[in-house]
Amino acid sequence: MATTQLEHIAKDIRKSVLISLTEAGSGHLGGSLGLADVFTVLYFQIMKHFPEKPNHPDRDKLILSIGHIAPVLYATLSEAGYFEKEELLTLRKLGSRLQGHPGRDHGLPGLELSAGSLGQGLSVAVGMALADKMDEKKREIFCILGDGELQEGSVWEAAMSASHHNLNHLCAIVDRNGVQIDGQTSDVMNIEPLADKWKAFGWEVLECDGNNIDSLKETFSKFPTVNKPTVILARTKMGKGIKTIENDFHWHGRVPAKSELPDFLKELE
Amino acid sequence: MRFYTNKGDKATRFGFGEGVLEAAKLNPSVVGIGVDITASVSMDLFANQFPERFFSIGIAEQNAVGITAGLALSRKIPVFSTYGVFAALRTTDFIRISVCYNNLHVIIGGAHAGISVGPDGATHQALEDIAIMRVLPNMTVLSPADATQARLLTEKAINDLEGPVYIRFGREPVPDFTIPEMETNIGKGQILKEGNDLSIVATGHMVWEALQAAYSLKKKGINSRVINLHTIKPIDKEILIKAAKETGKILTIEEHQIHGGMGSAVAEVISQHYPVKMRIMGFPDQFGESGTAGELLQKYGLTAGNIKKECEILLDS
Ligand SMILES: [Mg+2]
Repeated sequence: MATTQLEHIAKDIRKSVLISLTEAGSGHLGGSLGLADVFTVLYFQIMKHFPEKPNHPDRDKLILSIGHIAPVLYATLSEAGYFEKEELLTLRKLGSRLQGHPGRDHGLPGLELSAGSLGQGLSVAVGMALADKMDEKKREIFCILGDGELQEGSVWEAAMSASHHNLNHLCAIVDRNGVQIDGQTSDVMNIEPLADKWKAFGWEVLECDGNNIDSLKETFSKFPTVNKPTVILARTKMGKGIKTIENDFHWHGRVPAKSELPDFLKELE
Repeated sequence: MRFYTNKGDKATRFGFGEGVLEAAKLNPSVVGIGVDITASVSMDLFANQFPERFFSIGIAEQNAVGITAGLALSRKIPVFSTYGVFAALRTTDFIRISVCYNNLHVIIGGAHAGISVGPDGATHQALEDIAIMRVLPNMTVLSPADATQARLLTEKAINDLEGPVYIRFGREPVPDFTIPEMETNIGKGQILKEGNDLSIVATGHMVWEALQAAYSLKKKGINSRVINLHTIKPIDKEILIKAAKETGKILTIEEHQIHGGMGSAVAEVISQHYPVKMRIMGFPDQFGESGTAGELLQKYGLTAGNIKKECEILLDS
C-alpha cells in the first residue's frame, strides 16, 4: 500500500483512539497514539489476516503484551473491518466487548490474548511460535512490548527461550518512547544499552523511527531472518500527533476532556 | 464391598507421569514443558518417548507458564510440572492472567506437595497451593489419593476437560490402594467407607490415613464415613451435604495449611447449606521445617492415630 494511504489510515486510527477514549473518560492515550503507525503498517501492510474470518488457521498473530494500549488495537481492528466503528464508543463500559484491557471472554473478534499484566505477552508469543515450529506451519507471530515493560525480568526469560529454540518467525516490537508512568525510563530504571541486550540474548536487532511509515515498512521487510527471532526497537513519541501532549508522560494514563477533543481532532487534519 | 486394596507403596508423582504418557500416546496434541527437574516430577517418561513434543525452558517458571498459554492458544495441550511451591506460587499472576483469564486447557502439575517432601525444608514444602489455585476463576483443582488415582485423574484432566487444571501430588512412596474399577469422576467425591456416626473428608496422602483411622474407630464401635475428595474445585456439594445430613459431624484432613485449603472449601459448603459441627485438620498457619516425612507427619499430627483422636473429640463435643 502507498505510504500516503497508510498515513491516512494512521490518522483515522488516531481519531478513533481520541474519540473512544474521550467517550470512555479514562484509559491510556499517550501510548495508543504513539503506536498508531506501527499498528497501521502491521495490519494494513505486513500481516496476513482475515477480518471476515478472524480465526482463520493461516493468519499471522499479534500479541499485545502491553494490554493498556488496547484503544489503538481496537481502533485498528475496527478500521480493518473486524467490527463496526460505533462499537468503539462502548470502550470500558459495562457489558462492552472492548474491555479496559483486552479480555477474550467478551468475544471481540480479532483478539488473540487477554492481557494486561506486564511481562507475560512475549512468553505467550514464544509458546505460539513453538507450536507453529512443531507443526511446520509458516506463520509470523508479532508481539508488542513497552519499553518500561522490559524492566520485568520475565521478558528476558522469554527472550532467552525464543533464541534458544530458534524461533525466527517471532518478531517483538518494543515501543521505545523513553517514558513510563513515573517519568523518563532512564530515571525510573535504566534499560540501556538496549540493542546490545537483545543481541546478547541472541536476537536480530533492528531499529527504526516508529512514527514514520516508510521507516517501518523498510524495517519490517527485513523480517524474518533464517535462524533468529527479530526485535524491532521502534522509537516513538508518546502522544504522537497532538503537539501539546507529545512526549509528556503525564498523558500515559490520561484522556482528553470533552472540551479538548475538537481541537485535538482538528490538529490531526 | 471394599472399594480399595493396598497394592504396596508408590509415589503419586509416578502416577502423574504415567497419566501424561498414556494420554500423550493417544493424543498427538499433548506437549510437555520442562523446567530443569523433569525426572524429579516424573515427566521424563513423556520426554523420553516424545522428545519432539517436549520443550526445555530452563529454570524460568513464569516464562514456562506463559509459553503453555501460547501453546494452548495454538491448539496444543501443554503439561507443565515443577514443585508445587513454584508451580502454583512463583507463577501465580501468569496462571491468573495468561492461563485462567484466557481459560486455556493447560495442565499444571504441582509436585512434592505437602510436608512429606521432608528434609528439603520449608522453602520446598507446598502448603498453600490449594488455597491459591482454588480461588482462580476457571481453574479445576485435583488432589489424587494415590498413584493409581493420580494416573487416572491426569488422563481425565488431559482428555476430558477444557479449561485450566492444577493437579497436586507428592514425592514419597505412599500406599497405592484405589482400584481403577471404582468410578472416578472429576468433580465427584468418593465414599470409600460407609458409616453414619461422623464423616471424615480427606484428600491426597491423607485419604489412606483417614481409612486407617476409620478402622480403628470401628473397633471401638464408631462407624465413620470416609470420603475421598480428590477434586477440590469444582467441589462435590452433594456428597458433602448428604454427609452432613446423615452423619451430623464432619472432620476434614489434608496435607496443607488449615486456612484456605480443602477443609475451608468444605466449610464454605457446609456452613451455607447444612451447618453441622466441623473440625478442620491440616498443617498449622506456619512454615514447615526439615525432617523425614514420617517425623514431620507425626510432629504435626497428620497421622491415622491423631485423626482417630480428633474424631473422638469431635464426637464428644
Ligand atoms: Mg514507554
